[in-house]
Amino acid sequence: MNAVKLKKGASSHSAYDLKSFIGDTEETHTLAVLVDNEAGVLARVIGLFSGRGYNIESLTVAEVDHEGNRSRITIVTTGTPSVIEQIKAQLDRMVPVYEVHDLTVEGPSVERELALFKVHGKGEKRVEALRTAQIFRANVVDSTLESFVFELTGTPEKIDAFADMMRPLGLSDVARTGVAAIARGT
Amino acid sequence: MNRQMTGADIVVQALKDQGVDTVFGYPGGAVLPIYDAIFQQNDIRHILVRHEQGATHAAEGYARSTGKPGVVLVTSGPGATNAVTGMTDALMDSIPMIVLTGQVPSFMIGSDAFQEADTVGITRPCTKHNWLVKDTDKLAGTIHEAFHVATSGRPGPVLVDIPKDVQFANGKYVAPAKADLGHYKPQVKGDKDAITALVDLMEKAEKPVFYTGGGVINSGKGASLLLRELVKSTNFPITSTLMGLGSYPASGNNWLGMLGMHGTYEANLAMHDCDLMICVGARFDDRITGRIDAFSPKSKKAHIDIDPSSINKVIHVDVPIIGDIGHVLEDLLKIWKSRGRKTKAAEIKKWHAQIDEWRAVDCLAFKNSDKIIKPQYALQRLEALTKDMDRYITTEVGQHQMWAAQYLGFEDPNRWMTSGGLGTMGYGLPASVGTQIAHPDSLVINIAGDASWLMNMQEMGTAVQYRAPVKQFILNNERLGMVRQWQELLHGERYSHTWSEALPDFVKLAEAFGGKGIRCSDPADLDDAIMEMVNYDGPVIFDCLIEKHENCFPMIPSGKAHNEMLMGEADTKNAIDDSGAVLV
Repeated sequence: MNAVKLKKGASSHSAYDLKSFIGDTEETHTLAVLVDNEAGVLARVIGLFSGRGYNIESLTVAEVDHEGNRSRITIVTTGTPSVIEQIKAQLDRMVPVYEVHDLTVEGPSVERELALFKVHGKGEKRVEALRTAQIFRANVVDSTLESFVFELTGTPEKIDAFADMMRPLGLSDVARTGVAAIARGT
Repeated sequence: MNRQMTGADIVVQALKDQGVDTVFGYPGGAVLPIYDAIFQQNDIRHILVRHEQGATHAAEGYARSTGKPGVVLVTSGPGATNAVTGMTDALMDSIPMIVLTGQVPSFMIGSDAFQEADTVGITRPCTKHNWLVKDTDKLAGTIHEAFHVATSGRPGPVLVDIPKDVQFANGKYVAPAKADLGHYKPQVKGDKDAITALVDLMEKAEKPVFYTGGGVINSGKGASLLLRELVKSTNFPITSTLMGLGSYPASGNNWLGMLGMHGTYEANLAMHDCDLMICVGARFDDRITGRIDAFSPKSKKAHIDIDPSSINKVIHVDVPIIGDIGHVLEDLLKIWKSRGRKTKAAEIKKWHAQIDEWRAVDCLAFKNSDKIIKPQYALQRLEALTKDMDRYITTEVGQHQMWAAQYLGFEDPNRWMTSGGLGTMGYGLPASVGTQIAHPDSLVINIAGDASWLMNMQEMGTAVQYRAPVKQFILNNERLGMVRQWQELLHGERYSHTWSEALPDFVKLAEAFGGKGIRCSDPADLDDAIMEMVNYDGPVIFDCLIEKHENCFPMIPSGKAHNEMLMGEADTKNAIDDSGAVLV
């Protein structure tokens, strides 16, 4: 099998790693999907991905328009260009879906993720953890004599980098929200 | 204006307002209020099937033969799960179908109540969309939206799950015209620039071919008429998938026969050698394409489809046109005519001459016998004796289905009901019942194999109860013929579990159900026996004892290209390599 080239922050594994795409380059795309905020809509989207063997790197969902009863699902997915096109077409034909935007190709966009890190440590390690957190502009949202909880917002790459730094300093738990993304400009 | 009524009455009123005349169903605890409402009216006829799967296939037969959506009513739990196969079948073949399921009362959902199943969860991947209605006020609107979704765009099955307390409670009824149908509005008009690009290609094509599918039939009779006009005025040859048979008449001059795995030599070679392929409402299924990287290597391809996700899914096309077939063909004809009706007539004549050479191979020829009935001969005789009648054909799934597609001719759309995408054994008998209910005075024949037919044989009871005079034409080889054929080609003739040692006596079985049984084993008796079947006023099981080891040819073996067809037994040695053997 050809080695697949992963672009832009993709990890090599996924929640649904069912298919290998031989001979074509995989790309990572961030999709914003506007849907009716109705029961089961997330299950439909996830079912589409698992049923057809598409990858999900990250998925977030929340209501964004209470009066219009709409939710926004942000999906980071990987696939060959033709698979990405299929994913968009399959999403777009679902009955509760209003719009599908491929933020990766529709111009510049901003991606952010929020993460909480619990770091245990004493003495020099504890000081080093706090110092590193300051460099990353992470906030301390909880502290005991033996632990911190840091809050960090940034791109997935920044979150990954911070986790790498914290690991030798006593990182015990990480909670990540997944990516929220929006197009830049008007 | 907004009348108050019970949820059960709302269901019946909504069906009436949607123009429903027939419902296929089976009662149970969680739909009793709806059955009570059905009992107290005479506008909607309820057909009691013998198994919920039968209800779904009967509704498919009804839908496919009328162009109207089929309606199914079943209870919660097992009623809903038994309907799953039929919904999946309808999804694969784009058949409009509305399935109404009872559900345990809403306050008991999640408690593992008696006959509770997560119906919307189970059926999410096998419906186009589904709804659980928890508020009686929303029931009418949801049913109207369900009809809208099932019948617009690419048709498909939808399901509305209705808890029993919602059926009992009072709510307001909303008429279809006032209902909020949501924001689902698929594009029906094709892009003019894309259509013009196709006209460009048509004007330059020297070896064009139309490759048509079920989408033409789903688009309505008008689409078939436009297709016929287009074929006639351009003189392009035309082939069709299994699902599209009848949209262009089999007696037409430009007809190549069906294409694909068991398609004709001329159709498959025309696909392989063409320079312009115009795909109309088909989806490049693996039964059609064979080996993808060797599929029609020299052609420009255009694809007209109402479902954007069908475009470039399997085969990359040069000119995609998203829209309803009828609308697109109308615009296509208009633009092509306005530019002077140009084709490369001389080159196309040469192309036809090439096709005639392929046709002369006579790929459907078979070695007949005067001692034993060959299945091909049985179908040839059936065709000869019934082709001028007002006839509808359904099939089960397997060799007999392919032979039926090869040896029967379809002159009109909506006359051929078969399970294409899902390949559901047990489809044909209930589909024939549904078709007959819709067309009580027509001749409805189910071409069956013995194994497939047994899968839903209980529906003979339905046929007898409703005096549906369906003819069950069973090509009985006491085998699972198609699986046996694959074992012969792929698995060293080790016939693992593909014969039936304990088949019922089909004649006695017919009599036990209250129908008529006919058995025929001698080719000399076949014509009389077929006419006896056709002329009998009631359901018939025709036990046609055929050659047991006949294989279905031509055949593109899995993993091979269109120009690597097997034409008969002599070609079958080592025909399929290991990479082909893993394919289905």
